[in-house]
Amino acid sequence: MSEGKDRGGFYDTGWRPSDDLHRDEDGRPHDHPGLQEDVVLGVRASRALAMHELLVEKGVIGSGEVDDAIERWSERVPSNGASLVAKAWTDPEFKARLLEHPKETVVESGFVPEHNADIIVLENTSEVQHMVVCTLCSCYPTALLGPPPDWYKSFSYRSRAVTEPRAVMAEFGLELEDDVEVRVVDSNSELRFLVLPRRPDGTEGWSEERLAALVTRDSMIGVSGALEPGKD
Amino acid sequence: MPDLAFSAGDRVIVRDETPSHHHRTPWYIKARRGRVIEFIGMYLDSETRAHGGSGLPELPMYRVEFDQTELWPDYAESPDDKLWIDLYEHWLEPV
Repeated sequence: MSEGKDRGGFYDTGWRPSDDLHRDEDGRPHDHPGLQEDVVLGVRASRALAMHELLVEKGVIGSGEVDDAIERWSERVPSNGASLVAKAWTDPEFKARLLEHPKETVVESGFVPEHNADIIVLENTSEVQHMVVCTLCSCYPTALLGPPPDWYKSFSYRSRAVTEPRAVMAEFGLELEDDVEVRVVDSNSELRFLVLPRRPDGTEGWSEERLAALVTRDSMIGVSGALEPGKD
Repeated sequence: MPDLAFSAGDRVIVRDETPSHHHRTPWYIKARRGRVIEFIGMYLDSETRAHGGSGLPELPMYRVEFDQTELWPDYAESPDDKLWIDLYEHWLEPV
């Protein structure tokens, strides 16, 4: 049962925007043999379509609601978080505000935290490395990083992140010195954590845009550092 | 400001209980000793919200720090490593 597995991440049900299928005005798909030939639906996708059709029919959701939700999800991408990090690297006042009033600063920057969740920004330094996990489930700052990657939700990551964080980071390519304190942050409550990675050496004078390209999703979870210049 | 039982720096121990209802205190910190980093605010009670309740009244939540060596007796990485987690006041007792 691998269909759909690697296409859209956590919330993927196999559903795709309605332009993939012909629809009536009320949003219900109708048969279109010419199109159906190249739209082969698996079990999960068929089930999702059937459920969608029923939910619309029963008036539980509007016909465009799922498409709107997909649209909102498509705006949740790691470059949102990366833009905040790059700005914090270049603008000390912004950085101070981001650390002190993270949620307000995130909202002012145009991002909408999911479920109106509080956001906390954790700064990595030469002395402390924060690394985020949700041992109970998969809490994650999706407004800033998009849907969590499969490994973040895996039992293996959720258990090893707390028992051997340095070994996990090493597997992501980050070898920490012994004198750097590791702080694993278990995201178990209503708050969402964004890690502000260290600005790489050799990036003096770089523009925000150029810096943002160094800020990976994994570095904002804290399992790795930002990319080094020349490797972006 | 609510009436708070703990403040930054207080030594606390996490209650060793396993209620049958939804709760977000993972097993690995139960009965472990830590330090309050800070009071982080008043939050709806997820333990009642998960069962259809309103979550009111809001409860004090604290960020608590644990030494990794306190959590995992076999911890083989650095003895200075820490774990941070956010806990409702009713899960904490003074040491």
